[in-house]
Amino acid sequence: MLSAQDLFITFNPDTPIETRALRGMSLEIPAGQFVTVIGSNGAGKSTFLNAISGDLGVDTGRIAIDNLDVTRRPVWERAERVARVFQDPMAGTCEDLTIEENMALAQQRGTRRGLRGAVKQAERAMYRERLATLGLGLENRLTDRIGLLSGGQRQAVSLLMAALQPSRILLLDEHTAALDPRTADFVLQLTARIVTENKLTTMMVTHSMRQALDVGQRTVMLHQGQVVLDVSGEERARLDVPDLLQMFEKVRGEKLADDALLLS
Amino acid sequence: MSLFSLLGAVEIGLIFSLVALGVYISFRLLRFPDLTVDGSFPLGGAVCAILISTGTNPWLATLAATAAGALAGLVTGWLNVKLKIMDLLASILMMIALYSVNLRIMGGPNVPLINDTTLFTLLQPDSIPDYVARPMVLFVVVVLAKLALDWFFATERGLAIRATGSNARMARAQGVNTGAMVLLGMAISNALVGLAGALFAQTQGGSDISMGIGTIVIGLAAVIVGESILPSRRTVYATLAVIVGAIVYRFFIAAALNSDFIGLKAQDLNLVTAALVTVALVIPQLKRKLSSRK
Repeated sequence: MLSAQDLFITFNPDTPIETRALRGMSLEIPAGQFVTVIGSNGAGKSTFLNAISGDLGVDTGRIAIDNLDVTRRPVWERAERVARVFQDPMAGTCEDLTIEENMALAQQRGTRRGLRGAVKQAERAMYRERLATLGLGLENRLTDRIGLLSGGQRQAVSLLMAALQPSRILLLDEHTAALDPRTADFVLQLTARIVTENKLTTMMVTHSMRQALDVGQRTVMLHQGQVVLDVSGEERARLDVPDLLQMFEKVRGEKLADDALLLS
Repeated sequence: MSLFSLLGAVEIGLIFSLVALGVYISFRLLRFPDLTVDGSFPLGGAVCAILISTGTNPWLATLAATAAGALAGLVTGWLNVKLKIMDLLASILMMIALYSVNLRIMGGPNVPLINDTTLFTLLQPDSIPDYVARPMVLFVVVVLAKLALDWFFATERGLAIRATGSNARMARAQGVNTGAMVLLGMAISNALVGLAGALFAQTQGGSDISMGIGTIVIGLAAVIVGESILPSRRTVYATLAVIVGAIVYRFFIAAALNSDFIGLKAQDLNLVTAALVTVALVIPQLKRKLSSRK
Protein backbone atom coordinates (compact mmCIF):
# COMPACT_ATOMS: atom_id res chain seq x y z
CA MET A 1 0.00 0.00 0.00
CA LEU A 2 1.26 3.45 -0.93
CA SER A 3 0.22 6.71 0.61
CA ALA A 4 1.51 10.06 -0.64
CA GLN A 5 0.18 13.12 1.16
CA ASP A 6 0.44 16.71 0.06
CA LEU A 7 3.80 16.48 -1.69
CA PHE A 8 5.54 19.66 -2.81
CA ILE A 9 8.70 19.77 -4.92
CA THR A 10 10.10 22.94 -6.44
CA PHE A 11 13.14 22.88 -8.70
CA ASN A 12 15.51 25.85 -8.68
CA PRO A 13 13.49 27.84 -6.15
CA ASP A 14 13.79 31.65 -6.22
CA THR A 15 15.45 31.70 -9.63
CA PRO A 16 14.06 32.70 -13.04
CA ILE A 17 13.84 29.01 -13.99
CA GLU A 18 11.87 28.04 -10.88
CA THR A 19 9.66 25.03 -11.60
CA ARG A 20 6.92 23.97 -9.22
CA ALA A 21 6.85 20.31 -10.20
CA LEU A 22 4.59 18.96 -7.44
CA ARG A 23 1.98 21.24 -5.83
CA GLY A 24 0.18 19.35 -3.13
CA MET A 25 0.17 15.98 -4.84
CA SER A 26 -1.73 13.29 -2.92
CA LEU A 27 -2.44 9.70 -3.91
CA GLU A 28 -3.40 6.50 -2.10
CA ILE A 29 -2.88 3.14 -3.75
CA PRO A 30 -4.39 0.18 -1.83
CA ALA A 31 -2.55 -3.15 -1.81
CA GLY A 32 -2.88 -5.16 -5.01
CA GLN A 33 -4.12 -2.30 -7.16
CA PHE A 34 -2.60 -1.53 -10.58
CA VAL A 35 -2.78 2.22 -11.23
CA THR A 36 -1.82 3.93 -14.47
CA VAL A 37 -0.72 7.56 -14.37
CA ILE A 38 -0.98 9.92 -17.34
CA GLY A 39 -0.38 13.59 -17.90
CA SER A 40 1.27 15.94 -20.36
CA ASN A 41 4.95 16.85 -20.34
CA GLY A 42 5.80 18.67 -17.14
CA ALA A 43 2.66 17.50 -15.35
CA GLY A 44 4.85 15.97 -12.63
CA LYS A 45 4.53 12.25 -13.47
CA SER A 46 8.22 11.45 -13.39
CA THR A 47 8.85 13.79 -10.46
CA PHE A 48 6.14 11.99 -8.48
CA LEU A 49 7.58 8.58 -9.32
CA ASN A 50 11.10 9.69 -8.41
CA ALA A 51 9.80 11.09 -5.12
CA ILE A 52 8.35 7.69 -4.23
CA SER A 53 11.50 5.82 -5.21
CA GLY A 54 13.61 8.26 -3.23
CA ASP A 55 15.63 9.61 -6.17
CA LEU A 56 14.15 13.03 -5.41
CA GLY A 57 13.60 14.45 -1.95
CA VAL A 58 10.32 16.25 -1.27
CA ASP A 59 10.21 19.80 0.11
CA THR A 60 7.16 19.03 2.22
CA GLY A 61 4.67 16.19 2.45
CA ARG A 62 4.76 12.59 3.60
CA ILE A 63 5.29 9.31 1.78
CA ALA A 64 4.38 6.05 3.48
CA ILE A 65 4.70 2.54 2.11
CA ASP A 66 2.70 -0.01 4.11
CA ASN A 67 2.37 2.47 6.97
CA LEU A 68 6.14 2.98 7.17
CA ASP A 69 7.11 6.61 6.71
CA VAL A 70 9.91 6.59 4.10
CA THR A 71 9.90 10.32 3.33
CA ARG A 72 13.47 10.89 4.51
CA ARG A 73 14.95 7.51 3.59
CA PRO A 74 17.48 7.09 0.77
CA VAL A 75 16.72 5.02 -2.35
CA TRP A 76 18.64 1.96 -1.23
CA GLU A 77 16.78 1.76 2.08
CA ARG A 78 13.42 1.92 0.30
CA ALA A 79 14.44 -0.78 -2.16
CA GLU A 80 13.23 -3.54 0.15
CA ARG A 81 9.70 -2.19 -0.46
CA VAL A 82 10.03 -0.57 -3.86
CA ALA A 83 10.77 -2.37 -7.14
CA ARG A 84 11.37 -0.30 -10.24
CA VAL A 85 11.68 -0.49 -14.02
CA PHE A 86 13.27 2.55 -15.65
CA GLN A 87 12.26 4.29 -18.86
CA ASP A 88 15.70 3.88 -20.39
CA PRO A 89 16.45 0.15 -20.92
CA MET A 90 20.12 0.95 -20.30
CA ALA A 91 19.32 2.41 -16.87
CA GLY A 92 17.63 -0.62 -15.35
CA THR A 93 20.42 -3.13 -15.87
CA CYS A 94 24.21 -3.17 -15.48
CA GLU A 95 25.58 -3.54 -18.97
CA ASP A 96 28.99 -4.79 -17.77
CA LEU A 97 27.45 -7.64 -15.80
CA THR A 98 26.08 -10.88 -17.19
CA ILE A 99 22.37 -11.69 -17.36
CA GLU A 100 22.63 -13.99 -14.33
CA GLU A 101 24.64 -11.44 -12.35
CA ASN A 102 21.99 -8.80 -13.03
CA MET A 103 19.29 -11.20 -11.89
CA ALA A 104 21.31 -12.11 -8.79
CA LEU A 105 21.61 -8.43 -7.98
CA ALA A 106 17.81 -8.15 -8.10
CA GLN A 107 17.37 -11.46 -6.25
CA GLN A 108 19.28 -9.89 -3.33
CA ARG A 109 17.19 -6.70 -3.29
CA GLY A 110 16.18 -6.00 0.29
CA THR A 111 18.52 -8.63 1.74
CA ARG A 112 21.88 -8.26 3.45
CA ARG A 113 24.66 -8.71 0.92
CA GLY A 114 27.26 -10.93 2.49
CA LEU A 115 30.16 -13.10 1.38
CA ARG A 116 28.16 -15.94 -0.10
CA GLY A 117 28.54 -16.55 -3.82
CA ALA A 118 26.36 -14.07 -5.70
CA VAL A 119 25.00 -16.49 -8.29
CA LYS A 120 23.81 -19.68 -6.61
CA GLN A 121 23.31 -22.93 -8.44
CA ALA A 122 19.69 -23.39 -7.31
CA GLU A 123 18.80 -19.83 -8.24
CA ARG A 124 20.43 -20.23 -11.64
CA ALA A 125 17.86 -22.89 -12.50
CA MET A 126 15.09 -20.52 -11.38
CA TYR A 127 16.51 -17.66 -13.49
CA ARG A 128 16.61 -19.98 -16.49
CA GLU A 129 13.00 -20.99 -15.90
CA ARG A 130 11.80 -17.37 -15.61
CA LEU A 131 13.78 -16.28 -18.66
CA ALA A 132 12.26 -19.13 -20.65
CA THR A 133 8.77 -17.66 -20.07
CA LEU A 134 9.83 -14.65 -22.15
CA GLY A 135 10.23 -16.83 -25.23
CA LEU A 136 13.28 -14.84 -26.30
CA GLY A 137 15.83 -17.64 -25.97
CA LEU A 138 17.60 -15.79 -23.15
CA GLU A 139 17.55 -18.89 -20.93
CA ASN A 140 20.56 -20.16 -22.88
CA ARG A 141 22.49 -16.92 -22.52
CA LEU A 142 22.83 -16.61 -18.74
CA THR A 143 26.53 -15.77 -18.89
CA ASP A 144 26.25 -13.26 -21.74
CA ARG A 145 26.85 -9.64 -20.87
CA ILE A 146 23.46 -7.94 -20.65
CA GLY A 147 24.90 -5.07 -22.71
CA LEU A 148 24.70 -7.40 -25.73
CA LEU A 149 20.89 -7.53 -25.50
CA SER A 150 18.50 -5.22 -27.34
CA GLY A 151 16.54 -2.54 -25.51
CA GLY A 152 13.36 -4.59 -25.55
CA GLN A 153 15.12 -7.69 -24.26
CA ARG A 154 16.74 -5.71 -21.48
CA GLN A 155 13.40 -4.18 -20.53
CA ALA A 156 11.80 -7.63 -20.40
CA VAL A 157 14.61 -8.88 -18.14
CA SER A 158 14.18 -5.77 -15.95
CA LEU A 159 10.54 -6.71 -15.43
CA LEU A 160 11.48 -10.24 -14.41
CA MET A 161 14.10 -8.80 -12.07
CA ALA A 162 11.54 -6.50 -10.44
CA ALA A 163 9.37 -9.49 -9.56
CA LEU A 164 12.14 -11.72 -8.13
CA GLN A 165 11.74 -10.32 -4.63
CA PRO A 166 8.44 -9.29 -3.07
CA SER A 167 7.76 -5.55 -3.11
CA ARG A 168 5.05 -3.35 -1.64
CA ILE A 169 4.96 -1.22 -4.78
CA LEU A 170 6.25 -1.69 -8.32
CA LEU A 171 7.11 1.53 -10.14
CA LEU A 172 7.06 1.53 -13.93
CA ASP A 173 8.43 4.72 -15.43
CA GLU A 174 7.23 4.94 -19.05
CA HIS A 175 9.02 1.66 -19.43
CA THR A 176 7.80 1.06 -22.99
CA ALA A 177 8.45 4.61 -24.27
CA ALA A 178 11.92 3.87 -25.66
CA LEU A 179 10.82 0.73 -27.55
CA ASP A 180 9.44 0.19 -31.05
CA PRO A 181 5.64 -0.37 -31.16
CA ARG A 182 5.78 -4.16 -31.46
CA THR A 183 8.31 -4.56 -28.66
CA ALA A 184 6.41 -2.03 -26.56
CA ASP A 185 3.29 -4.14 -26.96
CA PHE A 186 5.18 -7.29 -25.97
CA VAL A 187 6.60 -5.61 -22.85
CA LEU A 188 3.16 -4.26 -21.93
CA GLN A 189 1.57 -7.71 -22.18
CA LEU A 190 4.42 -9.08 -20.10
CA THR A 191 3.84 -6.34 -17.52
CA ALA A 192 0.15 -7.21 -17.22
CA ARG A 193 1.00 -10.90 -16.84
CA ILE A 194 3.70 -10.42 -14.20
CA VAL A 195 1.60 -7.95 -12.20
CA THR A 196 -1.40 -10.29 -12.22
CA GLU A 197 0.59 -13.44 -11.44
CA ASN A 198 2.39 -11.85 -8.51
CA LYS A 199 -0.57 -9.68 -7.39
CA LEU A 200 1.75 -6.65 -7.36
CA THR A 201 0.70 -3.20 -6.20
CA THR A 202 1.76 -1.20 -9.22
CA MET A 203 2.02 2.36 -10.42
CA MET A 204 2.71 2.73 -14.13
CA VAL A 205 3.50 6.12 -15.58
CA THR A 206 2.77 6.33 -19.29
CA HIS A 207 2.58 8.82 -22.10
CA SER A 208 -0.08 6.89 -23.92
CA MET A 209 -3.78 7.24 -23.02
CA ARG A 210 -4.46 4.00 -24.87
CA GLN A 211 -2.01 2.11 -22.63
CA ALA A 212 -3.34 3.83 -19.54
CA LEU A 213 -6.84 2.48 -20.21
CA ASP A 214 -5.80 -0.93 -21.53
CA VAL A 215 -3.99 -2.20 -18.45
CA GLY A 216 -4.62 -1.83 -14.73
CA GLN A 217 -7.71 -1.10 -12.68
CA ARG A 218 -7.49 2.63 -12.10
CA THR A 219 -6.25 5.65 -14.05
CA VAL A 220 -5.01 8.90 -12.56
CA MET A 221 -4.32 12.05 -14.55
CA LEU A 222 -1.84 14.64 -13.32
CA HIS A 223 -1.71 18.28 -14.27
CA GLN A 224 0.55 20.97 -12.82
CA GLY A 225 1.70 18.73 -10.04
CA GLN A 226 -1.72 17.62 -8.81
CA VAL A 227 -4.22 14.83 -9.43
CA VAL A 228 -6.97 16.24 -11.66
CA LEU A 229 -8.73 13.02 -12.62
CA ASP A 230 -9.11 9.69 -10.86
CA VAL A 231 -11.24 7.02 -12.48
CA SER A 232 -11.73 3.32 -11.78
CA GLY A 233 -14.26 0.52 -11.98
CA GLU A 234 -17.37 0.88 -14.13
CA GLU A 235 -16.71 4.48 -15.00
CA ARG A 236 -13.25 3.65 -16.30
CA ALA A 237 -14.42 0.61 -18.24
CA ARG A 238 -16.73 2.80 -20.31
CA LEU A 239 -14.02 5.33 -21.09
CA ASP A 240 -12.18 5.62 -24.37
CA VAL A 241 -9.30 7.89 -25.32
CA PRO A 242 -11.51 10.75 -26.66
CA ASP A 243 -13.61 10.67 -23.46
CA LEU A 244 -10.49 10.91 -21.39
CA LEU A 245 -9.35 13.93 -23.40
CA GLN A 246 -12.73 15.57 -23.02
CA MET A 247 -12.81 15.00 -19.28
CA PHE A 248 -9.36 16.41 -19.00
CA GLU A 249 -10.32 19.57 -20.85
CA LYS A 250 -13.44 19.98 -18.74
CA VAL A 251 -11.54 19.60 -15.49
CA ARG A 252 -8.88 22.07 -16.40
CA GLY A 253 -11.03 24.37 -18.47
CA GLU A 254 -8.33 24.67 -21.05
CA LYS A 255 -7.26 23.13 -24.34
CA LEU A 256 -4.75 20.33 -24.25
CA ALA A 257 -1.64 21.55 -25.95
CA ASP A 258 0.36 18.40 -25.91
CA ASP A 259 -0.31 16.21 -28.92
CA ALA A 260 1.85 13.47 -27.53
CA LEU A 261 -1.07 12.31 -25.37
CA LEU A 262 -3.13 11.58 -28.44
CA LEU A 263 -0.57 9.19 -29.85
CA SER A 264 -0.77 5.70 -28.60
CA MET B 1 69.30 -9.26 -21.06
CA SER B 2 71.02 -11.23 -18.31
CA LEU B 3 69.21 -13.68 -16.04
CA PHE B 4 69.82 -11.25 -13.20
CA SER B 5 68.09 -8.32 -14.87
CA LEU B 6 65.36 -10.66 -16.16
CA LEU B 7 64.54 -11.80 -12.63
CA GLY B 8 64.79 -8.19 -11.51
CA ALA B 9 62.15 -7.25 -14.06
CA VAL B 10 59.91 -10.12 -12.90
CA GLU B 11 60.36 -9.03 -9.30
CA ILE B 12 59.38 -5.40 -9.89
CA GLY B 13 56.67 -6.52 -12.30
CA LEU B 14 55.11 -8.76 -9.65
CA ILE B 15 55.16 -5.96 -7.07
CA PHE B 16 53.51 -3.58 -9.50
CA SER B 17 50.94 -6.17 -10.47
CA LEU B 18 49.54 -5.64 -6.95
CA VAL B 19 49.37 -1.92 -7.74
CA ALA B 20 47.75 -2.79 -11.07
CA LEU B 21 45.11 -4.93 -9.31
CA GLY B 22 44.36 -1.97 -7.06
CA VAL B 23 44.15 0.42 -9.99
CA TYR B 24 41.92 -2.06 -11.82
CA ILE B 25 39.48 -2.02 -8.88
CA SER B 26 39.32 1.78 -8.69
CA PHE B 27 39.52 2.75 -12.38
CA ARG B 28 37.72 -0.16 -13.97
CA LEU B 29 35.33 -1.67 -11.45
CA LEU B 30 34.38 1.47 -9.51
CA ARG B 31 35.14 3.93 -12.36
CA PHE B 32 36.83 6.10 -9.74
CA PRO B 33 39.92 7.86 -11.16
CA ASP B 34 42.11 7.46 -8.10
CA LEU B 35 45.50 9.14 -7.84
CA THR B 36 45.74 8.31 -4.12
CA VAL B 37 48.05 5.44 -5.10
CA ASP B 38 50.94 7.88 -5.64
CA GLY B 39 50.63 8.51 -1.91
CA SER B 40 49.48 5.14 -0.62
CA PHE B 41 52.36 3.24 -2.30
CA PRO B 42 55.07 5.19 -0.42
CA LEU B 43 52.77 5.18 2.64
CA GLY B 44 52.93 1.38 2.65
CA GLY B 45 56.70 1.58 2.22
CA ALA B 46 57.09 4.17 4.96
CA VAL B 47 54.96 2.34 7.54
CA CYS B 48 56.65 -0.97 6.82
CA ALA B 49 60.21 0.41 6.81
CA ILE B 50 59.87 2.42 9.99
CA LEU B 51 58.27 -0.51 11.83
CA ILE B 52 60.90 -3.02 10.67
CA SER B 53 63.79 -0.67 11.44
CA THR B 54 62.44 -0.22 14.97
CA GLY B 55 62.31 -3.96 15.49
CA THR B 56 58.76 -4.97 14.58
CA ASN B 57 58.12 -8.39 13.06
CA PRO B 58 58.17 -8.06 9.22
CA TRP B 59 54.83 -9.87 8.89
CA LEU B 60 53.20 -7.43 11.28
CA ALA B 61 54.91 -4.47 9.59
CA THR B 62 53.63 -5.59 6.18
CA LEU B 63 50.14 -6.06 7.58
CA ALA B 64 50.23 -2.60 9.15
CA ALA B 65 51.33 -1.10 5.81
CA THR B 66 48.39 -2.80 4.09
CA ALA B 67 46.00 -1.42 6.70
CA ALA B 68 47.50 2.05 6.28
CA GLY B 69 46.85 1.84 2.53
CA ALA B 70 43.25 0.81 3.20
CA LEU B 71 42.81 3.78 5.53
CA ALA B 72 44.15 6.16 2.86
CA GLY B 73 41.65 4.74 0.36
CA LEU B 74 38.84 5.11 2.91
CA VAL B 75 39.67 8.79 3.41
CA THR B 76 39.66 9.45 -0.37
CA GLY B 77 36.34 7.63 -0.65
CA TRP B 78 34.95 9.58 2.28
CA LEU B 79 35.99 12.93 0.74
CA ASN B 80 34.09 11.92 -2.39
CA VAL B 81 31.02 10.20 -0.89
CA LYS B 82 30.36 12.27 2.23
CA LEU B 83 31.87 15.66 1.38
CA LYS B 84 30.78 15.42 -2.28
CA ILE B 85 34.21 16.40 -3.61
CA MET B 86 34.75 15.36 -7.23
CA ASP B 87 36.46 11.94 -7.35
CA LEU B 88 39.63 12.97 -9.17
CA LEU B 89 40.07 16.04 -6.97
CA ALA B 90 39.46 14.06 -3.77
CA SER B 91 42.24 11.66 -4.73
CA ILE B 92 44.64 14.49 -5.64
CA LEU B 93 44.01 16.12 -2.25
CA MET B 94 44.72 12.81 -0.54
CA MET B 95 47.84 12.28 -2.66
CA ILE B 96 49.46 15.57 -1.65
CA ALA B 97 48.33 15.20 1.97
CA LEU B 98 50.04 11.81 2.08
CA TYR B 99 53.33 13.34 0.94
CA SER B 100 53.53 15.22 4.25
CA VAL B 101 52.17 12.26 6.20
CA ASN B 102 54.85 10.01 4.74
CA LEU B 103 57.63 12.43 5.64
CA ARG B 104 56.24 12.54 9.18
CA ILE B 105 56.03 8.77 9.46
CA MET B 106 59.60 8.27 8.27
CA GLY B 107 60.90 11.30 10.18
CA GLY B 108 62.89 12.20 7.09
CA PRO B 109 63.02 11.60 3.33
CA ASN B 110 63.99 7.92 3.64
CA VAL B 111 64.38 4.91 5.93
CA PRO B 112 67.05 2.38 4.89
CA LEU B 113 66.60 -1.36 5.50
CA ILE B 114 70.05 -2.73 4.91
CA ASN B 115 70.74 -5.45 7.46
CA ASP B 116 67.25 -5.70 8.88
CA THR B 117 65.16 -8.84 8.73
CA THR B 118 62.49 -8.58 6.02
CA LEU B 119 59.79 -10.94 4.82
CA PHE B 120 62.17 -12.02 2.11
CA THR B 121 65.12 -12.81 4.36
CA LEU B 122 62.71 -14.72 6.63
CA LEU B 123 61.34 -16.83 3.79
CA GLN B 124 64.52 -17.35 1.78
CA PRO B 125 65.92 -20.90 1.99
CA ASP B 126 69.72 -21.07 2.19
CA SER B 127 70.00 -23.07 -1.01
CA ILE B 128 68.47 -20.40 -3.25
CA PRO B 129 70.07 -17.01 -4.00
CA ASP B 130 68.03 -13.99 -2.90
CA TYR B 131 67.40 -12.69 -6.44
CA VAL B 132 65.62 -15.99 -7.22
CA ALA B 133 63.84 -16.33 -3.89
CA ARG B 134 62.32 -12.85 -3.98
CA PRO B 135 60.36 -13.32 -7.22
CA MET B 136 59.19 -16.72 -5.93
CA VAL B 137 57.80 -15.23 -2.72
CA LEU B 138 56.20 -12.38 -4.67
CA PHE B 139 54.67 -14.82 -7.13
CA VAL B 140 52.89 -16.61 -4.28
CA VAL B 141 51.67 -13.29 -2.82
CA VAL B 142 50.31 -12.13 -6.19
CA VAL B 143 48.58 -15.45 -6.91
CA LEU B 144 46.95 -15.39 -3.46
CA ALA B 145 45.83 -11.77 -3.99
CA LYS B 146 44.37 -12.61 -7.39
CA LEU B 147 42.47 -15.64 -6.10
CA ALA B 148 41.15 -13.67 -3.13
CA LEU B 149 39.89 -10.88 -5.41
CA ASP B 150 38.33 -13.34 -7.85
CA TRP B 151 36.49 -14.96 -4.98
CA PHE B 152 35.42 -11.67 -3.41
CA PHE B 153 34.09 -10.09 -6.58
CA ALA B 154 31.92 -13.15 -7.17
CA THR B 155 30.24 -12.79 -3.77
CA GLU B 156 27.07 -10.81 -3.11
CA ARG B 157 29.08 -7.97 -1.61
CA GLY B 158 31.59 -8.00 -4.47
CA LEU B 159 28.80 -7.99 -7.03
CA ALA B 160 27.31 -4.95 -5.29
CA ILE B 161 30.64 -3.12 -5.70
CA ARG B 162 30.79 -3.97 -9.41
CA ALA B 163 27.20 -2.87 -9.89
CA THR B 164 27.97 0.42 -8.12
CA GLY B 165 30.72 1.18 -10.62
CA SER B 166 28.73 0.01 -13.62
CA ASN B 167 25.37 1.69 -12.88
CA ALA B 168 25.08 3.37 -9.50
CA ARG B 169 21.44 4.42 -9.94
CA MET B 170 20.35 0.89 -10.75
CA ALA B 171 22.44 -0.47 -7.86
CA ARG B 172 20.68 1.88 -5.43
CA ALA B 173 17.29 0.84 -6.81
CA GLN B 174 18.30 -2.75 -6.01
CA GLY B 175 19.01 -1.75 -2.43
CA VAL B 176 22.79 -1.33 -2.66
CA ASN B 177 24.27 1.33 -0.38
CA THR B 178 26.48 2.69 -3.15
CA GLY B 179 28.34 5.13 -0.89
CA ALA B 180 29.47 2.32 1.38
CA MET B 181 30.49 0.23 -1.64
CA VAL B 182 32.71 3.06 -2.94
CA LEU B 183 34.38 3.28 0.48
CA LEU B 184 34.90 -0.49 0.62
CA GLY B 185 36.23 -0.70 -2.94
CA MET B 186 38.63 2.19 -2.41
CA ALA B 187 39.88 0.62 0.82
CA ILE B 188 40.57 -2.71 -0.89
CA SER B 189 42.23 -0.99 -3.84
CA ASN B 190 44.61 1.07 -1.72
CA ALA B 191 45.26 -1.80 0.68
CA LEU B 192 46.76 -3.69 -2.27
CA VAL B 193 48.82 -0.62 -3.18
CA GLY B 194 50.00 -0.23 0.43
CA LEU B 195 50.99 -3.91 0.44
CA ALA B 196 52.92 -3.37 -2.81
CA GLY B 197 54.71 -0.38 -1.25
CA ALA B 198 55.67 -2.49 1.77
CA LEU B 199 57.06 -5.27 -0.43
CA PHE B 200 58.86 -2.73 -2.60
CA ALA B 201 60.59 -1.19 0.43
CA GLN B 202 61.64 -4.66 1.61
CA THR B 203 63.11 -5.66 -1.74
CA GLN B 204 64.79 -2.34 -2.54
CA GLY B 205 66.59 -1.88 0.77
CA GLY B 206 64.36 0.79 2.24
CA SER B 207 61.66 3.33 1.76
CA ASP B 208 62.07 6.68 0.03
CA ILE B 209 59.70 9.62 -0.20
CA SER B 210 60.11 9.77 -3.99
CA MET B 211 59.26 6.11 -4.60
CA GLY B 212 55.60 6.95 -5.15
CA ILE B 213 56.08 9.31 -8.06
CA GLY B 214 54.35 7.93 -11.12
CA THR B 215 52.87 4.88 -9.37
CA ILE B 216 49.48 5.61 -10.89
CA VAL B 217 50.95 5.80 -14.39
CA ILE B 218 52.70 2.46 -13.99
CA GLY B 219 49.52 0.91 -12.56
CA LEU B 220 47.40 2.27 -15.39
CA ALA B 221 50.02 1.22 -17.95
CA ALA B 222 49.83 -2.32 -16.58
CA VAL B 223 46.03 -2.34 -16.72
CA ILE B 224 45.95 -0.99 -20.27
CA VAL B 225 48.74 -3.23 -21.57
CA GLY B 226 47.06 -6.21 -19.90
CA GLU B 227 43.67 -5.41 -21.39
CA SER B 228 45.11 -5.14 -24.88
CA ILE B 229 46.87 -8.51 -24.49
CA LEU B 230 43.91 -10.31 -22.94
CA PRO B 231 40.67 -8.41 -23.53
CA SER B 232 37.87 -9.71 -21.31
CA ARG B 233 35.32 -8.16 -18.98
CA ARG B 234 35.09 -11.20 -16.75
CA THR B 235 36.80 -10.53 -13.45
CA VAL B 236 38.77 -13.80 -13.42
CA TYR B 237 40.42 -13.01 -16.77
CA ALA B 238 40.69 -9.28 -16.12
CA THR B 239 42.70 -9.80 -12.92
CA LEU B 240 44.98 -12.21 -14.77
CA ALA B 241 45.31 -9.67 -17.58
CA VAL B 242 46.47 -6.82 -15.35
CA ILE B 243 49.07 -9.06 -13.67
CA VAL B 244 50.38 -10.14 -17.07
CA GLY B 245 50.26 -6.50 -18.12
CA ALA B 246 52.39 -5.39 -15.18
CA ILE B 247 55.05 -8.00 -15.86
CA VAL B 248 55.09 -7.44 -19.64
CA TYR B 249 55.34 -3.71 -19.05
CA ARG B 250 58.35 -4.25 -16.81
CA PHE B 251 59.97 -6.45 -19.46
CA PHE B 252 59.58 -3.75 -22.08
CA ILE B 253 61.09 -1.17 -19.76
CA ALA B 254 64.00 -3.45 -18.85
CA ALA B 255 64.57 -4.36 -22.49
CA ALA B 256 64.47 -0.74 -23.59
CA LEU B 257 66.83 0.43 -20.87
CA ASN B 258 69.20 -2.52 -21.25
CA SER B 259 69.57 -2.28 -25.00
CA ASP B 260 72.66 -0.16 -25.45
CA PHE B 261 72.07 0.30 -29.16
CA ILE B 262 68.87 2.32 -28.51
CA GLY B 263 70.83 4.60 -26.22
CA LEU B 264 68.15 4.97 -23.53
CA LYS B 265 69.18 5.64 -19.96
CA ALA B 266 67.44 5.28 -16.60
CA GLN B 267 66.23 8.88 -16.70
CA ASP B 268 64.22 8.06 -19.85
CA LEU B 269 61.99 5.69 -17.85
CA ASN B 270 58.94 7.97 -17.76
CA LEU B 271 59.23 8.81 -21.45
CA VAL B 272 59.36 5.10 -22.31
CA THR B 273 56.33 4.51 -20.07
CA ALA B 274 54.34 7.25 -21.78
CA ALA B 275 55.27 5.90 -25.22
CA LEU B 276 54.35 2.35 -24.22
CA VAL B 277 50.94 3.36 -22.83
CA THR B 278 50.26 5.34 -26.00
CA VAL B 279 51.03 2.29 -28.13
CA ALA B 280 48.84 0.07 -25.92
CA LEU B 281 45.98 2.55 -26.26
CA VAL B 282 46.31 2.86 -30.03
CA ILE B 283 46.66 -0.86 -30.86
CA PRO B 284 43.00 -1.76 -30.08
CA GLN B 285 41.84 1.13 -32.30
CA LEU B 286 44.08 -0.05 -35.14
CA LYS B 287 42.78 -3.59 -34.72
CA ARG B 288 39.19 -2.36 -34.96
CA LYS B 289 39.97 -0.29 -38.05
CA LEU B 290 41.66 -3.24 -39.76
CA SER B 291 38.85 -5.67 -38.95
CA SER B 292 36.14 -3.25 -40.08
CA ARG B 293 37.89 -2.82 -43.42
CA LYS B 294 37.61 -6.53 -44.17
